[in-house]
This record gives sequence, C-alpha cells and structure tokens, in this order.
Amino acid sequence: MITLKTVKQKKNDLNIKFMLLKILFTISGFIVAILVNVLFPQKADVTFKIYTLNILNLRIAFDINSAYIVVLVALILIYAISGIRSIFQKDKRKLYAKNAAFRFALGIALAIWDIGGTKIQIFAQPFFPGPAQIIEAYIAEGSYIVQNTLYSIRLYLAGFSCGVLLGVGTGILIGWFPKVYYWVFPVLKITGVVPAVAWMPFALTLFPTSFSAAVFLIVICAWFQIAFLTAQGIQSTPKQSYEAATVLGGGQINQILHVAIPHAMPDIFTGIGSANAMAFTTLVMSEMLGQPGGLGYYINQSKVWSAYYKVLAAIVIMAVLFSFINFLIGLIRKRVLRWQQGVIKV
Amino acid sequence: MKSSISISNVNRIYKDSDGNRVEALKDVDLEIKSGEFISIIGPSGCGKTTLLRLIAGLDKPQTGQLFIDGAPITGADPSRGYVFQQGSLFPWLSVRNNIAYGLRARNVYRSKKENIENYIELVGLKGFEKSYPHQISGGMAQRVAIARALINEPKALLLDEPMGALDSFTRAALQDKLLELWKKDGTTIVLVTHDIDEAIYLSDRIVIMTPRPGKISKIIDVNLSRPRQRGSVSFLEMRRQILEFFELAQAIPQPEYNI
Ligand SMILES: Nc1ncnc2c1ncn2[C@@H]1O[C@H](COP(=O)(O)OP(=O)(O)O)[C@@H](O)[C@H]1O
Ligand SMILES: [Mg+2]
Repeated sequence: MITLKTVKQKKNDLNIKFMLLKILFTISGFIVAILVNVLFPQKADVTFKIYTLNILNLRIAFDINSAYIVVLVALILIYAISGIRSIFQKDKRKLYAKNAAFRFALGIALAIWDIGGTKIQIFAQPFFPGPAQIIEAYIAEGSYIVQNTLYSIRLYLAGFSCGVLLGVGTGILIGWFPKVYYWVFPVLKITGVVPAVAWMPFALTLFPTSFSAAVFLIVICAWFQIAFLTAQGIQSTPKQSYEAATVLGGGQINQILHVAIPHAMPDIFTGIGSANAMAFTTLVMSEMLGQPGGLGYYINQSKVWSAYYKVLAAIVIMAVLFSFINFLIGLIRKRVLRWQQGVIKV
Repeated sequence: MKSSISISNVNRIYKDSDGNRVEALKDVDLEIKSGEFISIIGPSGCGKTTLLRLIAGLDKPQTGQLFIDGAPITGADPSRGYVFQQGSLFPWLSVRNNIAYGLRARNVYRSKKENIENYIELVGLKGFEKSYPHQISGGMAQRVAIARALINEPKALLLDEPMGALDSFTRAALQDKLLELWKKDGTTIVLVTHDIDEAIYLSDRIVIMTPRPGKISKIIDVNLSRPRQRGSVSFLEMRRQILEFFELAQAIPQPEYNI
C-alpha cells in the first residue's frame, strides 16, 4: 500500500468528498418526501384511484400515490446522476453545489405539501390538492393536456412570430423615415398602452375563426411594443456611425442593414422580451375567453368541474413552457448580442 | 494613386444654440499637392474639423468651392478616407469585420478579401481579429479605424486628431506607423492635430488656424530631413517658432518633454 499522496490527489479526494456531500444534501429533501409519504398516516379521507397501464402485453395497475413516489424516485435519480456527472466536470460542480440547498428545500416543500394537501388536508379543498392529485391529472388526461399544450404552442408561435416580424419591420420604417415617424409614432404610442385583449370584441367579430382572432391579439401586443422600441433604437443611432459608413462607401440600404439595425438590436430584444411577457398573458386570456383548445381553455374547462388539481397541472405546464420559451429567447439574444458581452451584463 | 486638393474662398457659418452666427471658416484658401503630408493645427474651435469634413464631403460650404483632382467635391466618397477623432468603430463588428466593412459596402469583398489580413498585420493587430471594439484599447481602436480607411485604398487620407486620446508612447508608435504607410503608398494625407510636435514630426507643411473667425493664419514649410529627430536643434527651433506665433513662447521657455 502506498500511503503517500500528492497534494493534488488530496485536493481531488477533498473535492469528491465535498461533491458527494452535496449530492446527499440535494437528494435528502426528496428522500424525506418519500418517507413522509410512506410513513405518515393517511388521516384525511382521500380515494386513490387505480389506473392501469398497458405496456406491450403487460397490464400494470397502480394508484396515483405510487405514481407520486415514482416521480420522487425519478427526481432523486436525476439529481444523483447529474451530481455524479458534475464530479467529473469541473465547471458544473459549482453550479450543482450552489443549487443543492434550493433542491433540498424543494423536497421538503413537497413533503409539507403532501401532508397539508393529501395526508391531513389542512389546506382548503378542493383548491389545494396534494402533489399526487396533480400527477393524477397528467395520468388521467395526459394526451388531452398534450393536445391543449400543442394548441397553445401553435397559437403562440403563429402570433408572436408574426408580431416580431411586423414589429421590427414597422419599427425600422418609423425609425428611418421621418415622415413615417411623424404620422405613425404617436399612433403607436397611444395604441401601445392599450392591453391587446381590449380589442377582443373586434377580433372575435372581424376574424373568421377564433384561432385567427387570438393570433391577431397576440400579433398586436407584440407588434406595437416591438415597433416602438425598434424605432427608438434606430433613431438613437449616432450620426457618426452613419458618417463612418458613408465615407467607407456604404449606401442607404447598407446603412439600414449594417448600421441602423445592428445598433437597434439591443432595443429590439428589450422589446421582444417585454412583448413576450404580454404575449403569454394575451395567449392565456384569449384561450380562456373563447378558444376551442389551449391551456387557458383547459383551465377554464377544469374550473367548471371544480377540478382544481387539473388547473394546477395546467399551471405547472405553463410555468415550464413559458420558462423554456424565455430561455430560448435568452439564448438567441445572447448569440445576436455577443458583441455586447462585457459592456452590459446580459 | 494620390489626389490633389484645392480649397478656394470657403466660408462655413453655423448657428449656435442661441441663434448666433459662428464663423467656423472664413475665406479659407488652401492648395494641397498630391502626395503631400499636411498638418492642420490650432486651438479648439478654430474650424479644423469643419475644414476636414468639407474636404471629406460630409458637409458643404455656404460659399466657395472645394476640388479634388480638379473636380468639385459633391459628397463623401470612399476614395477619400476619413478617420474620426474617436469612437467611430462599429461596436457590433469584430476588428476584422470593421476593417472589412468598406470592402463589403463597395461590393468588392470577394475580390479583395486577401487584403484584410495584410492591413491587420500592417497596423499590428494580428491575434485581435475576432475581438470586439470594447475589448481593445483606445490605441488599438484607432489603428483599426486607420486600417479600415486604408483598405479602401483612398487617394487621400483625412485624419481628425486620430491620436488625441492616446498616451504619448502609443502616440509616438502610431505616428511612425502613419509615416511608414505614407511612404509606402504615397497617399495625400491631411492630419488635424493640436499637438505641435506631432505636426512637425510628420508633415511637409503645417497649416496654422486661429479661431473667431476660423481662418488660416500661417502656413509653415517643414524643411527638416526625414527621419526627423524630435529632440534635434532644428526641430526645437521650429517648435519655438510655432509657439511664438501663438504667443506661447514666453509662457513656456523650455520644451515640455522630449521623446
Ligand atoms: N454642427 C455645428 N453646429 C453649430 N456650431 C458648430 C457645428 N460644428 C462646429 N461648430 C462651431 O464651429 C466652430 C469650429 O468647430 P470645429 O471645426 O469643430 O473646431 P475644431 O475642430 O478646430 O475644434 C466652433 O465654434 C464650433 O462650436
Ligand atoms: Mg475638432
């Protein structure tokens, strides 16, 4: 046996020990959640429905409470694996260690929620069901939820992409041509403050389908906001930038494309960011008020039947979906504005 | 390829914020021979930038005319390169793309893109091609601005205090670079500066301007052989002459510094 270790080895051992502790810390919250679920007596009167799953020719029967345990076990596995992987990836270690406390708290929160919502039901029912019931929504109506989610995504994509294109387009015209600015900018300023859903009565009567009406609402809420900021960005381009382009041989078109628009890009993304938040609101509102599908529609429908666990299930999907969209926009923004990195904290 | 520039009886009047007339240039006449290195010096507000912008075609005079190789100047043209005092790089373009801007703007990028590397090397920015303007120093940024103007192979190069914001070491190095470029291409150069030593060190002739109204007060031939020694007796004598003109000779009996 060699007992002498180099300093580097020792440091490495220390790192591994440290990370193992962090992994344990991360998953211990979820282990507590499992223990609570298994050991805590079921005081409140809750019927756990039995579902059967057909996999190949196997029929697996399970109740929703065991589905909840499966989810917890899955979370433990995911965090344990990502933790072990981060041991070998130096750059990921720090982030994992940083997130440990929060993930621990998440597990504890699930445990408390389980007790309050399912075990003794001190939370007002049926408004705040336990975590198991929410999972029930996904099991019972999984494909229906997916269908509605896809409807929302389609509506969002159609509306928001049109809105961005129109917004940037008109913003450039307003910013570049003083005449257009004079006539259009004040209109934009006034109409821009009106929430898009206010136009709903018109949208519903003027458009042939309710889908196109909702697309219209999302378009205008993105359009005005983005046009406003794009115009501002174009207008604030320093005169010297145009002069520098001129003396280098850049004509009008070149100056619009390669001077004005790049200069306006940070503002355009500010516009896209805030328009995006408004687009989510408009999306859900219009789905709630007159769409044959979508997460908003699903929420409304579930509310009618007092199925609040389904409402919560849809809200969870929204949180994940909208965060993901924000994340994607952030990625694009970071890529397009990489020349800014270090100047302004992105 | 180089250009001669002819300025005859030019007047440029601005209105300031209170509506008062500001005679930025009054009755300015100047003949610049092709291949000549001219410096324009004078205190701030004497119309140096105004004159340079007129030559570039970025501005127009109220009266008088400017000619380039005998033809009236009607607007900006890439055959006259212009280097701004500072901060004229496009922040969204890398060093390489800033330099390549003129090639793209003139639709000659495909045929001339090999030149980009040459100019990057020429101004000593190899290794910084991918950096963005905010990541490089002020001296490097000005070298990019110069390379960006040079890549269009201008017949005249107009520089507005290109080294104004630089420390004296960077400035001296850039001055030598400029001389090197001028000797190589023989381009006509008009350099605006407020640094007397810089003007003497670099130019064939020094145009001295004075403010209110902005006008040319004196033109000095710099008959010193090149390469010039900044500390030589004749150099210092010329310096004294110019200071005397500005009535500063008494106030500053000794040279401020020698490089
Ligand atoms: N666009 C302008 N509008 C009003 N006044 C100006 C403008 N440009 C220059 N001036 C005035 O003209 C005079 C000469 O300016 P300038 O050519 O910039 O001087 P210099 O470059 O020698 O410092 C100054 O008094 C300045 O205030
Ligand atoms: Mg000036």
